[in-house]
Amino acid sequence: MATEMSVRKYITANEAVAQAARLARVDVVAAYPITPQTSIVEKIAKYIADGEMDADYIKVESEHSALTACMGVRMAGARAFTSTSSQGLEYMHEMLAYAAGGRYPLVLVNVCRSVALPWSIWGDQQDAIQQRDTGWIQIFTETGQEALDMVLQAYRIAEDHRVLLPVMICLDSFIQSHTEELVQVPDQKTVDSFLPRYDPVVTLDVDNPYSISVGGFGKHYARWREEQQTAAEKAGEIILEVGDEFARIFGRHYGGLIEEYRCDGAEAVLVAMGAFTGTAREVVDEMRDEGKNVGLVKVRAFRPFPVEPLRKVISPVKAAAVLDRDCSWGYEGALATDMKAALYGLPNPPAILNFIGGLGGADVPPERMKYMLEKALAADRGTTPHLEFIDR
Amino acid sequence: MKLKDIAKEEFYRASYGCAGCAAVLMVRLTIKALGKNSVYVVPANCISTVSCYYPQAPFFVPFTVMAFAATAAALSGISAGFRRRGREDIHVVGLSGDGGTADIGIQALSGAIDCGNKFIYICYDNEAYMNTGIQRSGLTPYGAATSTTPSPCFENRPKKDMMRIVAAHDIPYAATACTSYPLDYMEKVVKASQVNGPTYIHILAPCPTGWGFPPDETIEIGRMAVESGMWHLTEFENGEFRTTYTPKRQRPVSEYLATQTRFRHLSPEQIAAIQKEIDAARD
Ligand SMILES: Cc1ncc(C[n+]2csc(CCOP(=O)(O)OP(=O)(O)O)c2C)c(N)n1
Ligand code: SF4
Ligand SMILES: [Mg+2]
Repeated sequence: MATEMSVRKYITANEAVAQAARLARVDVVAAYPITPQTSIVEKIAKYIADGEMDADYIKVESEHSALTACMGVRMAGARAFTSTSSQGLEYMHEMLAYAAGGRYPLVLVNVCRSVALPWSIWGDQQDAIQQRDTGWIQIFTETGQEALDMVLQAYRIAEDHRVLLPVMICLDSFIQSHTEELVQVPDQKTVDSFLPRYDPVVTLDVDNPYSISVGGFGKHYARWREEQQTAAEKAGEIILEVGDEFARIFGRHYGGLIEEYRCDGAEAVLVAMGAFTGTAREVVDEMRDEGKNVGLVKVRAFRPFPVEPLRKVISPVKAAAVLDRDCSWGYEGALATDMKAALYGLPNPPAILNFIGGLGGADVPPERMKYMLEKALAADRGTTPHLEFIDR
Repeated sequence: MKLKDIAKEEFYRASYGCAGCAAVLMVRLTIKALGKNSVYVVPANCISTVSCYYPQAPFFVPFTVMAFAATAAALSGISAGFRRRGREDIHVVGLSGDGGTADIGIQALSGAIDCGNKFIYICYDNEAYMNTGIQRSGLTPYGAATSTTPSPCFENRPKKDMMRIVAAHDIPYAATACTSYPLDYMEKVVKASQVNGPTYIHILAPCPTGWGFPPDETIEIGRMAVESGMWHLTEFENGEFRTTYTPKRQRPVSEYLATQTRFRHLSPEQIAAIQKEIDAARD
C-alpha cells in the first residue's frame, strides 16, 4: 500500500527535490536562480504553470529577499520553500542567522558549490560549511532519492514543536544536481499521511496579537539562545524519530545522524559527507576484498553534530581519514576539527588524518580514496594531526 | 475623514521614543487609520529600537522586527502567505526609515513592488540614520550637517526622489505626507489599504533630536517644511502625480532652515541657492 501510484523515474536530484517541494504541499516558493540550483526552481515554476502544483511563486530579486519572503510566509502561517547555492547562500547569510534565531521552521535546499574567489561554478561544500554557525540544521545527502526523502523529512523536523529550527538539505552539485538516477517518487496520499498540514505555534494573528521576533537585552537574549541550543540538540533525536517513521511508511532508511558502512572490526575508516560517499562504498568493498579492514562513516547531520554516534564508531579504530570538501582557512577542514572535538577526552584516541579534496569540482577518484585509507591504516593511534590537500 | 472619525483607542503606546518624536506619532496615526486588522514589519530603525525590547510591547497589533534591508521582501512573503490562507483582508504594513528605504532596502523594495503582492510600505523620513546617531542617508537634504557629514562639510548632494523611483515601477498607488497633516496622511493610508497591490507612502517625520529643535515644535517644523516648499504633499495614481495640499501661505526657506541646528552653518549665499532650487521646482 505504501507505494501505490508512486513512480520510479530517471531524474536528477534537482528534479527529485522539486518533486519533494510539490509533495510537501508548499504554499509559497520564493527563490532566485543560480547554477547549479536553477533547474530546481525552473521545475517548480513549471509544475505551478501546468497546474500540477498548487502554490504561489514569488519572483524575488535576490536570495536575501527569497529567504526573507519565506520567513514572511511562515509568519502568515503557511509553508514555504527556497533553494540556492554558493554565492546565493552567502548572500542570504544575514537572514540565515535571523531565521534560525527567530525559530522559523523553514526548509532550504542548498546545492553545494564552491564560493568565489577564485570564481567557480563547480562543486565543493565550502558554501554550506561557511554557514555552519548560523543555527540551521544541516543534513548532507548522497543521492537524488535521499535528497527527495530528506526534504519531506525536513519539514517534519523543522516544524516539530520541540525543534522549530530551519533545516538545510545539502546535495552536491553536478554529481547529484545534474545526474539522472532512478528515484522512487512517492504518491501524494502517502506523503500526506506522513507530513500533515503546518501547525504553527505563533503567527501574525490579528485576533490574538503578539510581537514575534523581538529584541532582548542580556539575560533574555542569553536565555533564548540557550533554548535555541537545546532545540538544536533535541533535533538530533527528532531526526532519528522522523527517519524511523519515514522508513516504516516508505521502506527507506538512511541510518540516522551517521551511516556506518562495513565498520565492524575496521582498523581504519574514511569519514565523509555528501555524494562522494557513493564512491567510498566501492573503495571499501574493494579493499575489504583485499583483506583490509576498512569502513566508511557517512556523516549525514553536520548540525546537530553527531558526537555520540561518532565516538562510538570511531573509538575502536586506529585512525580515521577525514575528507573535507571545504577548509577553515588557516586551520583545517571543518569536519576534521569537529571530529577531533568529538573524540576529546578519549584515552589514546584514534589518529585523525585530514584530507582536503574535491575543491572547485575536482574529482576524488577511487585511487585517491584508497590512498587516504592506506595512510590511515599505516597510522597509529595518537599520531600527530595530518593535513593534506589531495587535488593535484 | 474628519478629526472626530479618528479612533480614540491607542494601538501603540509607551514606546521609548524621544519627546516630540514624529516617527512615534506616525505609528499611532497609521494604526488608527487601519485598525486592528493590520500587521506590522519594522526593520532596524528608531521605531523598532524604541518598541521591540522584550518584555516591552507598545504595539497592540501583531508586529515583528526585521533585518534592515528586508522590509519589503517580508511584506511580500506575509502577503502571499495570508493570500494562501484566505486572509487577504489583513493589511500588511512596513514601517521603514529613510535609510531602510532609500539606501539599504531599496533593492528589496524595488523587487517587492515588481512582484505585485498587496502591501503598504511606509517610509517615515527623518532625513538621516537617527537610530545609529544621526548619520547621513540618501534622503538627507542638501545642506544638512550629520555625524558623517559634519559642518563645515555638510551634505552636498540633493535628497533622492523616492516618489519618482517608485512611480517608475508603475506602482498602483504612492503618496507623500507629513506628520503635521494627520488627516491627509490617514486618508492616504486608508486609500492605500484599498488597493489590491503594492503601495508606498513617504511621510516626512521631523526629528527633534537629529534636526536640532525643541521637542514641542515638531508639528510647527513639519508645517514649515511644507509651507517653505522643502516638502510637498502629493499622490501618484493611474500614472499621474498630483498635489493634495497647497499651503495657503508660502514662507521663505530661510525661516525653516533657521529653526534647526543642522542647517546653522549655511551662509546666506547657500540659503539663497536652496531658495532658488525651490522656486525653480515651483514653476
Ligand atoms: C545590515 C545592517 N547594517 C547596518 C545596521 C545598523 N543600523 C541600524 S538602524 C540604522 C539606521 C536606520 O536609519 P533609518 O532607516 O533612516 O531609520 P531611523 O533610525 O532614522 O529611524 C543602521 C545604519 C543594521 N542594523 N543592519
Ligand atoms: S532620534 Fe528622532 S526619530 Fe529617533 S526616536 Fe528620537 S525623535 Fe524619534
Ligand atoms: Mg532615518
